[in-house]
Amino acid sequence: MPTSATEVYFPVLVQALLAMALAAGLLSVSYLLGKKVRNRVKDMPYESGIVPTGDARQRFSVKFYLVAMLFILFDIEAIFLYPWVVVYRELKMFAFVEMLIFVILILSGFFYIWKKGALDWSGADSTSRKP
Amino acid sequence: MLVNSFVSTPDLIRFLPEIILTIMGTFLMVMDPILQRRSSYAFGHLSLLALVGALGGSVYAYTEGGCSVPQSCPAFGGMLMVDGFATFFRVLVIVVGILTVLSSYRFLQREDAETSEYHALLLFSIAGQCLMAASNDLIMVFIGIEISSIASYVMAGYLRDDKRANEAALKYFLLGSFATAFFLYGVALIYGATGSINLSTVRGILMGPDVPSSVFIGLAAALMFVGLAFKVSASPFQIWAPDVYQGAPTPVAAFLSAGPKAAAFAVFLRIFMTAFEPMSASWQPWLFGISALLSMVIGNFAALLQSNVKRMLAYSSIAHAGYVMVALTARSEIGTSAAMFYLAAYAFMNVGAFAVVSHLSGKGERYQTVDDFAGLAQKQPLTAALLTIFMLSLIGVPLTGGFFGKFYIFKAALESHLVWLTVLGLLTSAVAAYYYLRILVMMYMHEPSKASSEVEPLSLGLGTALMIPAIGTLFLGIFPNWVLDFAVKSATLVK
Repeated sequence: MPTSATEVYFPVLVQALLAMALAAGLLSVSYLLGKKVRNRVKDMPYESGIVPTGDARQRFSVKFYLVAMLFILFDIEAIFLYPWVVVYRELKMFAFVEMLIFVILILSGFFYIWKKGALDWSGADSTSRKP
Repeated sequence: MLVNSFVSTPDLIRFLPEIILTIMGTFLMVMDPILQRRSSYAFGHLSLLALVGALGGSVYAYTEGGCSVPQSCPAFGGMLMVDGFATFFRVLVIVVGILTVLSSYRFLQREDAETSEYHALLLFSIAGQCLMAASNDLIMVFIGIEISSIASYVMAGYLRDDKRANEAALKYFLLGSFATAFFLYGVALIYGATGSINLSTVRGILMGPDVPSSVFIGLAAALMFVGLAFKVSASPFQIWAPDVYQGAPTPVAAFLSAGPKAAAFAVFLRIFMTAFEPMSASWQPWLFGISALLSMVIGNFAALLQSNVKRMLAYSSIAHAGYVMVALTARSEIGTSAAMFYLAAYAFMNVGAFAVVSHLSGKGERYQTVDDFAGLAQKQPLTAALLTIFMLSLIGVPLTGGFFGKFYIFKAALESHLVWLTVLGLLTSAVAAYYYLRILVMMYMHEPSKASSEVEPLSLGLGTALMIPAIGTLFLGIFPNWVLDFAVKSATLVK
């Protein structure tokens, strides 16, 4: 049984060194042994893929970010339901009440963003109200 | 043993302030889109009602929850500790909240920005700070910090058409979340080293026979120090404070400089005086002492150069964080009670000073410079007199709370043999007198400026928000024992 900190972390150190050696080794081997061909097709972002059309640096509407943020928020909150399901049988009424409170809080948040028009794709006016 | 984790009635009673604030905050948040009609004082009244309820709730939790005897009142399996210390800071942040609401009435009306969201965010932030004050568990501390901070990031950028407010909110958010990550790293190290995140348990392990490596504990303490020093705007993590306080709406700046700061100091005391106390003798005086010294020097000297009053008060708030750091450096129960007393006095005088700035600055906060205070005493003698009380208290003149605050802090430092820190602290606070007195000279000895001539009469809300801190400041200066006795009684965190 390893006892001291050095003994406990020695395998981790070995693992880290191995990982670095493997990555460096593979990259250098392919660099040394591989053929070096450079032409237009080879330098494209996706060789043999779809031919790029135009610049990727376009402006996106801020709505995309808003929806993405809201999605992540509610998605992560929904994750809490999974561990709850697992322990529900043991905790019974207590778990039910706790989750009820949690869901009510989430739903009031959902109600808020809905009424605020954050999910309304076309109506720009409702979200641009002054604070 | 799942039965033990069920919530009991005493648990809920001890959690009452947070419950009240959360329910009212959620209610106000939902009401905003339902009532499209704006411009109503009703939101402010409701939020005031919730805060008064929470104030009663925290006192009730202390007296009726059987918490008057120290160490008899854990809640939720020891995750919260509703003792006198927690109650002191709960009451403190709730009072700061009440003053913020009172000084916000006129401000929100003037800026045409009355929504219930403002009050909802304020209540959420205060709920987080109450949780911070009461938590005895590093995860609870972290959750409290996050609840409090996220709401205050939004509040800093509340006037979202204002460029400076946007800058303030963005800076505060980016730097603040970075600092919180440091804190979380420290929590992870503590868990790795001791296998517990409960502060009392961590203390037990550090005092026990099987002490973990002091390198881990020291590193964890340093990381937590980074996160918390940011929240209290102590040097060298104070860079954000002037920009945020200047850009944020003035009532919000008043709130930020008092509420989150007091709560973060409560966490500081809880973690370093409870958990790390058995091990911290060798490094705590240096860690805190140098931070205290830097904060006092940087805060006071930079404030000398400011022409914008909000910015000046921001630097002064850095300096005051430095004074409280001196009390933490003392690493004793006297130091803890001195820090508690100082934070109470500081909350009153600082919120009051910011409220006067908010009153004078006018629509769009145009008038914020020191010169704009010229001749205020001729136009509004009462406002000028109240500001004089706050400024004298910030300097530390006798008969004000600020005097006894500084007195107890430096007394605690001397009793812990920190003579160098005491001497340097007193010297910097003498420097501070200059920039506070400059405003008084402007008010009393110059002809009225454009700002003082245009200033509107004191509204009822703002007047109350000025009278309460003024009375509080004088009360703490004349009868300091009332508050100090309670602080001394509750400063024994873990025995």
